Amino acid sequence: MKKIVILGGGTAGTIMVNKLCKALSPADWKVTIVDKEETHHYQPGYLFIPFGIYGEDDVVKPKKNFFPKEADIIISEIDLIDAPNNCVYLKNGNVLGYDYLIIATGSEIRPDEIEGMVDKLWNKSIFDFYTLNGALALAEFLKTWEGGKLVLNIAEMPIKCPVAPLEFVFLADDYFKKKGMRDKVDIILVTPLDAAFTKPIAASELGGFMREKGIKLVTEFSIGSVDNDAKKIISWDDREVDFDLLVTIPTNMGIEAIERSELGDELNFIPTDKETLQSKEWENIFVIGDATDLPSSKAGSVAHFESDILFENIMSAINGEPLKAKFDGHANCFIESGNGKGLLIDFNYYTEPLPGKFPIPGIGPFSLLKESRMNHLGKLGFRWLYWNVLIKGRELPLEPQMSMAGKYVPKTIENETIEENP
Amino acid sequence: METTVLLNKTIELDKDGHLANREDWSEELAQELAYQVEVGELNDKHWTVINFMRNEFEEKGDAPSIRKLNKQSGVSTKELYQLFPKGPAKKAAKIAGLPKPKGCI
Repeated sequence: MKKIVILGGGTAGTIMVNKLCKALSPADWKVTIVDKEETHHYQPGYLFIPFGIYGEDDVVKPKKNFFPKEADIIISEIDLIDAPNNCVYLKNGNVLGYDYLIIATGSEIRPDEIEGMVDKLWNKSIFDFYTLNGALALAEFLKTWEGGKLVLNIAEMPIKCPVAPLEFVFLADDYFKKKGMRDKVDIILVTPLDAAFTKPIAASELGGFMREKGIKLVTEFSIGSVDNDAKKIISWDDREVDFDLLVTIPTNMGIEAIERSELGDELNFIPTDKETLQSKEWENIFVIGDATDLPSSKAGSVAHFESDILFENIMSAINGEPLKAKFDGHANCFIESGNGKGLLIDFNYYTEPLPGKFPIPGIGPFSLLKESRMNHLGKLGFRWLYWNVLIKGRELPLEPQMSMAGKYVPKTIENETIEENP
Repeated sequence: METTVLLNKTIELDKDGHLANREDWSEELAQELAYQVEVGELNDKHWTVINFMRNEFEEKGDAPSIRKLNKQSGVSTKELYQLFPKGPAKKAAKIAGLPKPKGCI
């Protein structure tokens, strides 16, 4: 009997366990999935919690609902991956040997990486919305907040879901307008980037929205510390931004077990072949989702597109064939822009987000890089697809590779920003 | 292809304004580039960072992040920002004749 062990039962791990259990005979293969939590969180839903749009029940379900009955399920933290000896030590005392290992342990926020962040103002005037508890605490706080300076700060890149900070400020603008107190709130986005977003065409479009909504932007600000007494954040080059309410997107890192196992880089992300998703160091280890060091977005859509590629390559590896499937860095994200509207972006390693129609060229129904009500409905409808189709490993009518059909390059920037797709 | 004239020599630049050809780099040229990005006169600490970056690039094929510089070069993040104000990773890469560190999205 051969063994596949999957570490992590989030979006990527859950899709993989479903695909593999369906394809492999239980007589020949034992598939085990390990996660520290009993519940699966729909992480894109965290964004809506602070504004009272979603509650806890909308984003949390038991993990066992989504695992196939053929899989061995173990709830435990991971202690150590012993790659030279092909085994994993768990905190519950189990030791799991493997023929193939899939690491899908994701990324987590580390507010403790920033001096003064987790101090006397934490969860009082400083909140995160990348955890369920952070988002719920912020929702409580906002119910009775009377206004002041709302600072949304990104600590350092890369972060999970790079569009979430923008969506947060757009939804905040909307929320305070509806409460009739927008004039009492100053919204400021403070980012280490040199613009509102990492990619030029989208950054210019999204920057326009920010100006329309009266949201201020502070760029190239790398946070060094928080002054809890003076209520300000201070950059490494001694610039200061005052806040009454600080919403932080702290440093994102891979889990500590990766560091202990000496498998990660300086952020505990695992060096991974950006096309085959094989570990650069170990032939029988594959990595998927936020746990990789790929130059792609850390997002559920990326994990989903990667899962098709990884499945094909694992099957090839099992059959002793070369790894033929290649990931192109495809990401696809709905962006809430407030007031019941949204945008959609679709891009990969080689092509930045462009305007156009998606998924059917010329028709849509979704508009790329343009605000529409349909895009907002797409984002809300996606939650149903996520729970019922996506993480169960069922097919969605979307190819893993990005397509240029239906997209166009704005004339002014043609030739400058599009790299050759090799 | 954009070019610039430095030390009486025409030099090709990439789309980010960094050297297009690493063989064009020299210590004198690094000093010229440092003036351009308002880093000024290069001292020993600057050179520690520049040399660390060049070695890392040679080994890994990518310029190191600030976090890695802080952990491994012996120069703290605070000092990095004093040495290369506003974006040490980007500025030090430019002076070191390396491409802009790969962006994260």
